[in-house]
This record gives sequence, structure tokens and C-alpha cells, in this order.
Amino acid sequence: MSITVWNPGLLTTVQDMGRVGYQQFGVPVSGVLDPRSAAIANILVGNPEDEAVLECTMLGPQLRFDQPNCIAITGGDLGPTLDGQPAASYRALSVKAGQVLRFTGPKSGCRAFIAFAGGLDIPLVMGSRSTYMKAKIGGLQGRKLEKGDVIAFREPKAELRDMGLRAIAPEFVPRAEYTLHVILGPQDDAFTDEGLGTFLSQLYTVTPEFDRMGCRLDGPVVQHKTNGDIISDGISFGAIQIPSSGKPIIMLSDRQTTGGYTKIASVISTDFRILAQLKAGDKVRFQQVSVQYAQDALLAQRAALRALRSTVDRRI
Amino acid sequence: MEVFMADVRFLLTGDTSLTVEFGNEISEAINTQIRAFHIALKNSGIPGIMETVPTYRSLMIHYDPSTILYDPLVKRLKALLGQLDQIQIPPSDVLEIPVLYGGEEGPDLGFVARHSGKTPEEVIRIHTSVEYLIYMLGFTPGFTYLGGMSQEIATPRLETPRVKIPAGSVGIAGAQTGVYPIDSPGGWQLIGRTPVHMYDPNRDTPILPQAGQYIQFRAIDQAEYDRIAAEEAAGTYVCRRHPREEGAR
Repeated sequence: MSITVWNPGLLTTVQDMGRVGYQQFGVPVSGVLDPRSAAIANILVGNPEDEAVLECTMLGPQLRFDQPNCIAITGGDLGPTLDGQPAASYRALSVKAGQVLRFTGPKSGCRAFIAFAGGLDIPLVMGSRSTYMKAKIGGLQGRKLEKGDVIAFREPKAELRDMGLRAIAPEFVPRAEYTLHVILGPQDDAFTDEGLGTFLSQLYTVTPEFDRMGCRLDGPVVQHKTNGDIISDGISFGAIQIPSSGKPIIMLSDRQTTGGYTKIASVISTDFRILAQLKAGDKVRFQQVSVQYAQDALLAQRAALRALRSTVDRRI
Repeated sequence: MEVFMADVRFLLTGDTSLTVEFGNEISEAINTQIRAFHIALKNSGIPGIMETVPTYRSLMIHYDPSTILYDPLVKRLKALLGQLDQIQIPPSDVLEIPVLYGGEEGPDLGFVARHSGKTPEEVIRIHTSVEYLIYMLGFTPGFTYLGGMSQEIATPRLETPRVKIPAGSVGIAGAQTGVYPIDSPGGWQLIGRTPVHMYDPNRDTPILPQAGQYIQFRAIDQAEYDRIAAEEAAGTYVCRRHPREEGAR
């Protein structure tokens, strides 16, 4: 028993925390673009944080529940409804058999994550359920959801105890301009002082060229000392690649494992939740922080997730 | 293994990974240092290491800051670098990759031969005479960046890339050679095809080659191609490999 996809939406894929350990073989990590929001959705329905969720982009799917289960929706507000009634985000919801989850359209942000209690029945490929469409692996036959797809639940739970505790305030707040904190490197020395100054002071605009692989920005050219080419090396999630054109590209989940363009800086982990919600036309600014600052912030964020888990599981 | 510490740089790649860079050129000497460091790291017991990605001139290390923070990790990595001269590096494996050259499987063998002023047989002899170092994998799952191809058979890419190249195709692009692990578009001159699956996501070892190993191509005929292809389909094929001899070429 399962959900049936009435309408797949724009780009809905099965994603977990990614395929760890295979980058040395050229296999991209994939996984959710916003690990924190996916983790929160999972915690709210009693799952391990790294359970696979549905990642929805802009226009969410229509899903008919063939069996009752508890779900939680986090990330951006794509206008979720259950049988036509507005459905709360960041709250565990008990869905009955026959009910239909729909999304009426993006209100804020552009990506939402749906967690299902007990997880989805999707086979592991190289240790992960994440969909990597380019190599057609993971998820549902390595592709995005299509009309008529049926996805079974592994261990659905019609009810969870303490439903009232399984909620927090929605996290994403739209702004006129966003600040992304960055750690300079690995090739910040390939840029002139003027180039670094431009990068750290000017406003950049998100372009429509924004997919699971990367997010292309438009704005003032970031000047190289010579050019944007290097001998290929590894690329991290959030790395900001600047090819010879001087326009930044933020590398995301489906990025290639290695690349031959200079990377000026990396977005810090705690800002991925903002990054994942950016839309074409949004304005961003980069602010430098130290690796120590970023790691303190990440550890604080993880502690908050543990606290949330304790609350919903009533361990305190 | 001597490492000139002054040349080694620790590069920041965010808050959950870093890159240890050993130089700024593509060379076997640098790659050997990376391999030694990679082995030393695996045996070091440093906690919190999630994943490592060797490339031409560096090793990227993904780690969990909940287990080890940047500063203590760099301290331990530096100590490890100082001990590299005590590391015994086992000889690299040479993977033997059988290739059916020419014909439908290698439609550009004739062009490569004409471009190099050689016969197709000479191109095959030259292509099979080298143990190619796998510097790194990337681009697509299982794609190897190989070093060591003879300049004698270097040939520019196709002017118009093909829309679909079958998995297993062996090609030449400039001074590079390699195998397409999955069906993909591409502009390499195709000189042959291997029945060996370099990549199979559902196998216990999804990707056959590893960075730091070598590949040697061996010319086979249609009958052997068919036999190996049948074994691959049945999941019984075992790629032949042997330890590389010191100083081999």
C-alpha cells in the first residue's frame, strides 16, 4: 500500500542525505538540497534524520494516499492542501486513506520536503535512495516522479503519539536580499584583491539557470589574476565556482565530483537552507566568516535538531 | 616517500571538507605522494573522516565536524605528512582491460591511424603497450583520467560530438585516452570497445577502476569479446589484474 502520483509537479524526486563514499569513483553525492529541512520533516514523523523524503520544486505534486500515514512538510511554502483544506507545514499530519495532498503554488521559497513516517519503499543504490537523474540511479528508476507512479510505504503509521508536540514554527522567511556566509578558498588566491572585493561586497542576482547541479548568478564580474582554469580538483556542496566569465556558480547536490574551474569560496552548511529556497530574481550578498565560526554554527544547529528530537520523542 | 612539506597546502573547501594539495602540475611523482598519503590516512585512525577524493594533485577529505574540528584535524594531518617516509606503499594493481579494436566498435581507428601516419595495427600496438596511470575518476561515474598515452597516436576530438556513445567505448581525445563507463554523448575518437563493465550500480563493487591503479589494454577478437560479454551478463566475469612491476612503463 502506498501513494499514487496523480500529478508529479515540476520536479519531484526521492532524496535522502546522499551517496556517501563514492565521489572517489566519480559518482556525485546527490541528496536533498536542504539537509536541515529534510531532517526536521523526518524528526517530526519519528524517522531517522536521513530517511528519504520527496523533494518538490516550485510546483509540488498531487499525491493520493492509498493507505493512512503520518507526514510532515518542511522547507519553502508551496501551498500544501489536504482535500482542498490548507495543510500546515512544519507539523506532523495524519493523512487518511483516500485523501489527496496537493500544492496550490509557491508562496515563499521554492523547495519543499515531504517526509513519510516509516519511510518510502525505494531500493538502496550504493547505500542511498537519492535520485541522480543524469546516471539514472536511485529513487524511482533514477528519474523524477511521473503521473501514475505508485510508491509504497515501508512501515506506515496511521497515528503517532503526541501529535501536538510534533510541530515547530516554519523557518524560511522571504527577504528582499539574502546574505550567504562563505569561507574563502580553495582558490581565493587566483583572484585579484579587486576581484575578492567585488565578490564580498556586490549584490548578485539568481538566474533561471538553477537546477540540482548548480545555481548560476549574475552580477559584477569577479576578476581573476589570470583566468578561471585550474587542474581539476574536488568540489564540495556550496562551493562557488567562478569560471573565466567571472560570474559565480554555486555548486549543489548533483554537482560533478571534480572540476577544472577556480572556486573562490564555499557557502557554509548552516546557510544551505537559504540557498535551497532561492528563486530566479532573488538578490544575494556574500559575507566572509572563518571556518571556526561556520563549524560552531553547524554544531549549534545540530544540537537544536537533537533538542527537537528529544521534545517530539518526549525524552525530556 | 619524501614529501616536501613546504609544497603541501591545506585548502579550505567549506566547513565539512578540506583539500590537501601536493603541487600544481600533473605528474606521477605528485600522484605517488597522494597515494601514500591516502594509504596513511586510511590506516591512521583519525576519527570523523567520512570520504576521500583523490585528484591529479590533491586529496579532498570530507569529515564530520561533530567528531573532529578543522584545527585539530589539520594538526593531525600535518603530523601524518611528517611520517610519510615510513609508509610502505604496496605496488599498484594493473587492471587488464580487453578491447576489440576497429570495426563497428572502433569506427575512428582508421582516422586515428591516418592522422598519426601509422597502420591501424601500429596504433593498436602502441595503445596496448603502455600501463596507464589512473590519476583520478570524475566527469561521470567510473570515468578514468589516464596518463601516459604516446604522443604518436594523439588525435584531436571529433569536430561534431556524437549524440550517443555506447558504454565500454575506448577513445582518444588529444593526448588522452579512456573508456566511456556509461552511454553518453561525446567527441572522442573511438578506436575500440571493451566488453568489461567499468561501472555497474547494482554490483557489490559498482566501479571497477580506482585512482592510483593502472590500466593496460589488451587486443581481443570477436570470439573473446562475445565470451567476456556473456560472462559479464551472467555476473561471473572477473577482471584480470596483477601487481605493477617497479619501473614498468
